[in-house]
This record gives sequence, structure tokens and C-alpha cells, in this order.
Amino acid sequence: MAKDLVDLVVAKPAKRNTKRRRTGKEKFWLIFRYVSLIFIWFLVVMPIYVMVINSLKGVKNVYLTNAFKLPEKLDFSAWSVAWSGTDYFPQSISESMSRTLFFVIQSSIISAIIGSINGYVFAKWKFKGSNLIFTLFLFGMFIPYQAIMIPLVRIATTLDINRSIYVLVLAHIIYGIPICTLIFRNYYEAIPNELIEAARVDKASMVRTYRSIILPLSIPAFVVVLIWQFTSAWNDFLFAIFLTGGSPKLSVATTALNFITGSSNQVYYGVNMTASLIVSLPTLIVYIFLGRYFLRGLLSGSLKG
Amino acid sequence: MSKAVRNKRSLSARVGGLFFVLPSIITVIIFVYGLIVWSINVSLTNQNSGAKKEIEYVGLKNYTDLLVDERFTHSLLNLVKFTVVFILGALITGFIMALLLEKGIKGEGFFRSFYLYPMAISFIAMGTVFNWLLNSARDEEAGGLNLALQKIGLGFLQNDWYVSEKGAMYAMALPAIWQMSGYVLALFLAGFRGIPDDLREAARVDGASESQIYRHVLFPQLTPTLLTVLIILGHISMKAFDLIIGINGKSYVTQVVAVYMWEATFDKRDYAKGTAIAIVLLIMIAIVVVPYLRYNNKQQAYR
Repeated sequence: MAKDLVDLVVAKPAKRNTKRRRTGKEKFWLIFRYVSLIFIWFLVVMPIYVMVINSLKGVKNVYLTNAFKLPEKLDFSAWSVAWSGTDYFPQSISESMSRTLFFVIQSSIISAIIGSINGYVFAKWKFKGSNLIFTLFLFGMFIPYQAIMIPLVRIATTLDINRSIYVLVLAHIIYGIPICTLIFRNYYEAIPNELIEAARVDKASMVRTYRSIILPLSIPAFVVVLIWQFTSAWNDFLFAIFLTGGSPKLSVATTALNFITGSSNQVYYGVNMTASLIVSLPTLIVYIFLGRYFLRGLLSGSLKG
Repeated sequence: MSKAVRNKRSLSARVGGLFFVLPSIITVIIFVYGLIVWSINVSLTNQNSGAKKEIEYVGLKNYTDLLVDERFTHSLLNLVKFTVVFILGALITGFIMALLLEKGIKGEGFFRSFYLYPMAISFIAMGTVFNWLLNSARDEEAGGLNLALQKIGLGFLQNDWYVSEKGAMYAMALPAIWQMSGYVLALFLAGFRGIPDDLREAARVDGASESQIYRHVLFPQLTPTLLTVLIILGHISMKAFDLIIGINGKSYVTQVVAVYMWEATFDKRDYAKGTAIAIVLLIMIAIVVVPYLRYNNKQQAYR
């Protein structure tokens, strides 16, 4: 069975010398480690801290010179401005957010279904050349998408789907095939072959085996793929900017945010920070609740998970 | 059951497997490999503007033009600077994080969860914050990171960051390191914990000191992990796009290959040049990734 990287990451190392008192040197190193860990923790948290506190200072009164200072009084006005816009800040992110949610959910679900079927075949019903084809799939995961982008935009324009959000649904499904197949294949490889053999002896067909044996065992892998596809499609900027041509009618979370913060609204830092925070919240919430599954997806990308 | 029957059945099973993945295979062949060929085809033509004209093949002209295109060589040099600092920085930071955690420590889960959250956030959202914090104003006007450096007595480190003439790409590597170190941490942590405990114990019994155990027993075992980390960071770095756009837009000082490709395609509608740049990028990445895929494929075969 393939070694599972996530289990290694979260493994508790074997306890040694449990009952013994720590020597002075060991104490020193323990304190040193904690001090370093806390120092790194501050660095890692800093940008989120900056986002949060500056989103609570209101629309004005947000300056770089007080970027790290806590607000004197809580003011949520930047939240409503970032969410729905006002006269002087016409771009809002609410519409883009719901559009993103709409397309991301669809593409993740379809990706997961395709990935599961492919993974099942590549793990348990290998055919001649299947390993080679699988490796050719994997290459598709590493390519810079710029190398296919211009023809892809042409196809979308010719088919006249470049004015619909479905162009992004399709793009994320198609280019998600490699990673989704990989995650499911690795997961199914760990299912004992005896189970499949037993079903085969009972004359269960391939589809039947999938439905009655594999699918019920697949829930964790589905969670991994769903949140992986959700996070990467939500955070994607490259496909969105090329395929929608930056059209405001098709703006998604990242393109809208880039438009807001990159344009003339540079002065409204409070709103910029709030908008960034709002756009980051869905993926952050998923991470907070399903971090271990997210990590599994992440490590699959290294081909070792 | 006779052997012949079994073979027959497994044959149909095999074809059945192929049948179910065929749609995906065709999709990948068309949309990955087919479109790459199409891109190469465009890059060999004279489609250098949005205007309609007779398409002619010009051979490798678009590629040779890139060699003397100052903006392209500039973006390539920028990418090299960025890649070196980013890979070294993320490697060292992630490795140190893993060293601090690998033995297990109270609160490990807490630290690990926080160290990994940047991976869940988009470069565009983080870019907004870093665009602001890495402001170039100094001394009295300073804010963001420059102000923070003054406060902790490291005022001499104040910097122009991503607008500086020489150091812009190194400054750009900081947010990238911030975002990706957690990934390196996770890979190394898995690497450390994949080493059987007996190895450590045996070395300890032989009287090796802790630092000797790390240097001579543990580190050599991490070579495959190191290779993986380098490949992953390398291909992420070469693709750097939204990270750069999120912080500094298309600005010339921080332009890298992927951003230049975007500019050529979007602003100039020079599709031939855009595809040529993209294919160069693809080749650069393939040089790093293809050997890794082959190595990985061979390992799979032994399983």
C-alpha cells in the first residue's frame, strides 16, 4: 500500500524518555523551539491580522502608518461598502462572489465524479498502457496554462460560450481531470484487491463493483477532491482573466478584487482590506473545518500522497 | 474455471476499463496536447496583431525575435532572480519549521494549522495586503513593513521593496515565501516522520549525539523529499503570475515571463509572440517536470 503522506504529517512521534526529568540543555532547546515557533506564528498571521483590523476602522482613517494599530472604535462601514458598493465606490464584490460560488460548486462536483471513475479504472481495472496514459495525464497538471490559453480562448469565442460563466465551469473540469484522477487513484490503490476479486467471483460487473463496494468507501476522497477543486477554482485568476476577457459582467471573486484594488480606488485601503478578507473567507472557512482533507489534496500535488 | 475463460473475462474487463476513461483520455489529448500543438502552430505564424490578414508561416522568427527582445530577456532575468530567492527562502523557512516541529511538541497541531493556512488563500487577495504593507515610503512617512522594521530597531533594513530598481524581484519573493513555506513544511514533516524510529534509536545506542543523528542519519534520508520540494517549488515559481499581478500589476520592474505573455496577448494582441513566450515557458517547466514524472512512473511500476 502506498504510504499516506498526510498520516505522516499529523503522526504523533513516538514518545521517548517520558518519565525522566528534562536536563538543563533539553529545557533550553524546548524554550528555544517555542520562541521560534511563536515568532514564525506572528509572521504568518500578520497579513490576516492587518486585513481584519483595518476592515474594522471604517472607510476613512485607514493609513499605512497605522496599519498595525488596533481600531480606536469598531466601525463596520467598510464591510457594507466592500460588499455592496456606494456612489464613490461603485464596484462591489457581492455579485462576483455569488457568481463564483455558483460556478465553483458545479465544477467541483462534476470534477469529483469524473475523477472517481477515472481513479477507479487506473487503480483497479488497469489496461494495457494505462500507466503510460496516467503519466501523460499527470503532465497536464504541471503545464503552464498559458501554453494552451490562446487556442482555448479561440475555441470559447468560436463556440460563443465566452460570454457565459459556463466557460469557467468547463475549463476547471477539463484541467482538473489530472489532479482529480490522481487523488482518487491513490485513494483506491489502498483498497485491498481482495475486495474487488471477491466481487468478481460473485460475477459482479465492473459498474456494480464500483457502485456497491468502491463508492461507499469513497467519501473521504470525495471530500478531498471537492475542497481541492473548490479552493483552486475559487482562487484561480489565470483562467478567469483570460476566458472572461476581464468583462465586469463575468467577474469572479479574484478578478473583481484585482479590479477594485488595482484601479483608482487605491485611497480606500480599509475597503481594499475588507474586500480581500471577504474574498478569502470561503476558502479559509473550508480550511478551518476541513484542513486535513485540504492538506491531503495539497500533498497529492507532489505525486507522493 | 479454466484458464482460457478467465483470460477472456479479464480481457473484457480491461476493455471495459478503457471504455470508462476514454472520454477523459480524449479530453486530455485534445485540450492539453492538442492545444499545445495548436499553440506551437500559432507561434510559427505572422499573427502579430489583432488585424485580419493572410496567415503566413514565418518559421522560428517569433522565437529568434524573443532572444533580442529586451522586454523578454528582462522578464526572463526577473524570473531567474525571483526563482532563486523564492526557492532558497521557502526551502530554508519550511525546513526550519519542520525541524522545530518534527520531534513533536505540545501545541504542534495549532502551529501547523496556522503555518499552512496561507495555502488556502488566493495570491490576488494576499497581493492586496502585501501591495500595501511593502510600501516604499521610509523614515517619517514610513508605514507597513518599513515602519515595523523601524519599530523593532531594524530601520536600516527599510527598503523600496517591489518598486526598487535592483531589488524588486527579491522583494517579490518575500510574499511568495510567506505563502509557500507551509507546503515545504508539510512535505518535510512527512519526510521526517517517514524515517523509521529504529534508525534514530540505533544511532543513539551507538552513542551518536543529537546533531550527529540529524547530520548523518536523518538528513541523508530526506534526499527524495528535497528533490520533490525543489521540483514543486520550481514549477510554481516559473508559473508565477497572479502573485505578481496581485502585488504590482503589469509593472515593468516586476514583469516575469508569464506576465509578459499576458501583456503581449491582451494589450498588443500579438498572438504569435504570446504563444511563443508560452511555449518557451512550457519547455522550461517540462525540463524540470518530465524527468520527475518518469522517475515517479518507474517507482509506481515497482509497487
